[in-house]
Amino acid sequence: MQKITRDLLVEKAVSLLENGTVDMVLGWKKGEFDYDITPAVFANAESLKDFVFDDFCGANFSKYLIANTKKTASKVLVFLKPCDTYSFNQLLTEHRFDREKVYAVSIPCDGMVDIHKIRAVSGEGIAKIECGEKITVSTIYDETVNIEKADVLAERCVNCKSKKHVAYDELLGEDGEVLESARFDEVEKLESMTADERFEFWQGELSRCIRCNACRDVCPACTCEKCVFDNPASPVENKAAANSFEEKMFHIIRAFHVAGRCTDCGECSRVCPQHIPLHLLNRKFIKDIDNFYGEYQAGEEVGTRAPLVNYTTEDLEPGEAVEGR
Amino acid sequence: MQRIGVFVCWCGSNIAGTVDVQAVSEALKNEPGVVFSANYQYMCSQAGQNMIIEAVKEHNLTGIVVCSCSPRMHEATFRKTAAAAGLNPYMVEIANIREQCSWVHKDMLTGTEKAIILGKAAVAKVNLNTPLVAGETPVTKRALVIGGGIAGIQTALDIAEAGFPVDIVETKPTIGGKMAQLDKTFPTLDCAACILTPKMVDVAQNENIRIFSYSEVTEVKGFVGNFDVTVKKKARYVNEDICTGCGACVEKCPMKKVPNEFNLNMDNRSAIYIPFAQAVPKVATIDPNHCNMLKNGRCGVCSKVCAAGAIDYKQKDEYIQEKYGAIVVATGFNPISMDKFDEYAYNQSKDVITSLEFERLTNAAGPTAGKLLRPSDLKHPHTIVFVQCVGSRCAACAEKGKEYCSKICCMYTAKHAMLTRDKYPDTEVYVFYIDVRTPGKSFDEFYRRAVEEYGVHYIKGMVGKVFPEGDKLKVQASDLLNNKQLHIDADLVVLAAAIEPDKSARPLATMLTASMDTNDFFTEAHPKLRPVESPTAGVFLSGTCQGPKDIPETVSQASAAAAKVISLLVKDKLKGNPCVASSDELMCNGCSSCERVCPYGAITYEDKEFRMPDRTVAIRRVAKVNPAVCQGCGCCTVVCPSGAMDLRGFANRQIIAEVDAICK
Amino acid sequence: MQVNERKPLIVAFCCNWCSYAGADLAGNNRLSYPADVKIIKVPCSCRVNPMFILRAFQRGADGVILCGCHPGDCHYTSGNYYTRRRMALLFSMLDYLGIEKERTRVEWVSAAEGAKFAATMNDFAQTVAALGENKRLEDLRCKK
Repeated sequence: MQKITRDLLVEKAVSLLENGTVDMVLGWKKGEFDYDITPAVFANAESLKDFVFDDFCGANFSKYLIANTKKTASKVLVFLKPCDTYSFNQLLTEHRFDREKVYAVSIPCDGMVDIHKIRAVSGEGIAKIECGEKITVSTIYDETVNIEKADVLAERCVNCKSKKHVAYDELLGEDGEVLESARFDEVEKLESMTADERFEFWQGELSRCIRCNACRDVCPACTCEKCVFDNPASPVENKAAANSFEEKMFHIIRAFHVAGRCTDCGECSRVCPQHIPLHLLNRKFIKDIDNFYGEYQAGEEVGTRAPLVNYTTEDLEPGEAVEGR
Repeated sequence: MQRIGVFVCWCGSNIAGTVDVQAVSEALKNEPGVVFSANYQYMCSQAGQNMIIEAVKEHNLTGIVVCSCSPRMHEATFRKTAAAAGLNPYMVEIANIREQCSWVHKDMLTGTEKAIILGKAAVAKVNLNTPLVAGETPVTKRALVIGGGIAGIQTALDIAEAGFPVDIVETKPTIGGKMAQLDKTFPTLDCAACILTPKMVDVAQNENIRIFSYSEVTEVKGFVGNFDVTVKKKARYVNEDICTGCGACVEKCPMKKVPNEFNLNMDNRSAIYIPFAQAVPKVATIDPNHCNMLKNGRCGVCSKVCAAGAIDYKQKDEYIQEKYGAIVVATGFNPISMDKFDEYAYNQSKDVITSLEFERLTNAAGPTAGKLLRPSDLKHPHTIVFVQCVGSRCAACAEKGKEYCSKICCMYTAKHAMLTRDKYPDTEVYVFYIDVRTPGKSFDEFYRRAVEEYGVHYIKGMVGKVFPEGDKLKVQASDLLNNKQLHIDADLVVLAAAIEPDKSARPLATMLTASMDTNDFFTEAHPKLRPVESPTAGVFLSGTCQGPKDIPETVSQASAAAAKVISLLVKDKLKGNPCVASSDELMCNGCSSCERVCPYGAITYEDKEFRMPDRTVAIRRVAKVNPAVCQGCGCCTVVCPSGAMDLRGFANRQIIAEVDAICK
Repeated sequence: MQVNERKPLIVAFCCNWCSYAGADLAGNNRLSYPADVKIIKVPCSCRVNPMFILRAFQRGADGVILCGCHPGDCHYTSGNYYTRRRMALLFSMLDYLGIEKERTRVEWVSAAEGAKFAATMNDFAQTVAALGENKRLEDLRCKK
């Protein structure tokens, strides 16, 4: 199998820029720290020297295509991991960008790591991280810690749902399969708790929300021109939560708005500075949709009718929903 | 800020008996926006209405809350009152303190308390009301009928009779449809041609009717009263206006081996053909798949023999654009394919036929000139087995057949059986059935005559297998009433194939944004109360495109659809419902969710230019609601995450204001 | 009997064509149900945004019930089918968050079912009253 390396991707990007196929590249670059990788736009071959590809490149670029296809007359090159391709298709279904303006190169992915899990092992003061099968962390205290990559994979990668690319113009490396994942185990665990325990759990999680809107801003399904929570004309506009229900309202409504459209890419949980397991809200809807209306994977194909804009005359009654799952 | 007047009605003692009306009007005086509050014995009386009109003038009211009976009773009354006072009628809200308060609560304290809360909710809503004006759209006074079978013919004739121009679009070279292929019609046994062809002639001669035969609808735009339709007139290589239908070309055409679809391919026709003698329009059509001249330029006989000079090998498809006020769908049905029913050996033996083929075999204009002969050896059959429900009522084998009852088969099979016994008393006739369903005027009498007077053997049970052996067809069947297995050596087996909507219906439904059920039958706007209207305004349903029907039912529905069309076309303008959805294009991101849930196809998208803060111009896809088509259900508003889509008269803010007022 | 028994607050969204008319019929027939039930008229049950329901809870409602035409009888042909899906998912989510599932309900009430309307409201009010005050979804700022 062809190993996907930084140099391979840069080489691809340079050749596509040079032969005029694209005039802009969406990629990753280093932020303040080694583990702080941020999305970036590269406008020419020269700028690609800052291009990074390692185990911290979790960012899903599909949403960035909305803004960036508007800026170009030609094409944008985007690198898509398997999970990103689902968001890519979902956005196409919703007419959010012009497919003609995108050159999609799909790349296999063997999982991205979670810096919080690394930090839990290495402790604070990380100075340098070297990625690979083994991750080497050097701290400012001149300590070196070796960690197995498998031990610090992000939650969404541990429970990876698919290594298959559902969209691309060109595929680097080999395509994978849709996986049997244990991603609903956590949801089931919550479901089996008592109502009081569940309330305690979510009260604990959601009350930490600081309404920074990072989950919303990164979410490829949250692509409203103006969010209903930001709109002064809407009756629910608010900037910050003043008490424990406000953020429940925000997160329930947000999850409901993306229900049936969420591909479970896991970006919301990745970016949450408060480490709220937001994916557990989305997965609850996904699990219910699968159980109630038949298996549905958002973004698997372009143009499918999402479960909430569809119905059958035989659907279960809301009163049966809690028992029916 | 609104200036709201509150009017609390006593309704005699109906309200005042359980609600302290004085307390209600006092309490509501203090609500935001309220500048006047009063109560009166009968607000709906002339005196009550005058009181409202005077208060509007005296206090410069901009909104009105009436606490009274249900809005279903008097909302319209008070809206008229508001209009009389110079207010927009939609600045009125009703608090239902009779049906939903005084009549269901017994205690004065409880009733008064609740009436105040309901009043507060209405005040909160009126504070956010805006004047609404119903849009008006003109009506194009011309109707389109898609499909020229008996349904389309009847609808077109009725509309034309009322004085409106009608166009019929028919895919076949002639109108007439399935009925033209039938022999006799149940339960009166008149000959189909004798009652149909005069109607076809009426259509041809009616100056209000145009026939686009050998044509199809390729595009539909617009909405009720204003449809823009493109019709493709396929090239028939014969100039319709000149052709006299003399038939010389048909006679002389050397290519005579083309399967004749009118006779269900049981005989042949020529490459240039007129489907049947009474075809309308009676003009020839060249089949480009079989004409040597068109295929390789070697022939030209028809052109030489045509005295009128009507043959035109260079004719091209023609696209006609026309405006219509209403569209009637009459696309009809077809028997389902028998390919999946191998157990009946349809594809193995020529002597296993469908009921429609049987019609042609017994029709005097059919391939056997009306003599009942086996297709294989043209011998007279002595034993005939009819199998009912082939592909109908097929719950278990849904992918093979249809779950529904095709409705017409019981009766036509009784007809076939009876006519066979009548003409050929030496023939034994067996009918295998699940149930015999004969509701309809004179239907059961007809069926009983077949059994009692004509000696048809009706056997409850299904045929399991048919297989050819020698020149016989071995039929294995069960007799459920006698609990026996039967083996019959038959000469002919007739399958009552289920019927399904014509294949053209599905793409047409998409063009019309009309909804269909899972079987591809068009859905009606209401199954009981609006059976001939599609939920899409301005689209009407005629005949079997809506569900299986016999001829009498088809004709009644066709006339009903015509009546609905006429009542639409007599209007000069259509007044809309102002409580419709509308999209804020600044917030819409064009995701299409609203379009997908709209049952009326009222939402379309357009690319619109927006000036961005950085002075660039961005093009964005945004939703547009056609207020003439929207019926105001509000389904779209909930799938719109940003709230760009909102419903006038029931806006998000208004409903939440009511919620807040109630929960306060 | 307790004198100061707390009255639950119930918001009922009723579609204009079936359930609101059903409520009127209950009134015509003088079939009583608790005054705690306050009806908001919507054109169709599919007009009810989950936001409205959460808002009602947030402002102190103890129960929210949605009434619409029976499936298959929607005035707008398909509105209540969408309602059914939306509410099934929303109610399941609320339960997942630990909110008593008895506080939410969807009931199909036709214009002819005045008796069903009254019976439904009696039953729902009783169920909600038994749960006591809605603490989990209430926004305390909104209490006077």
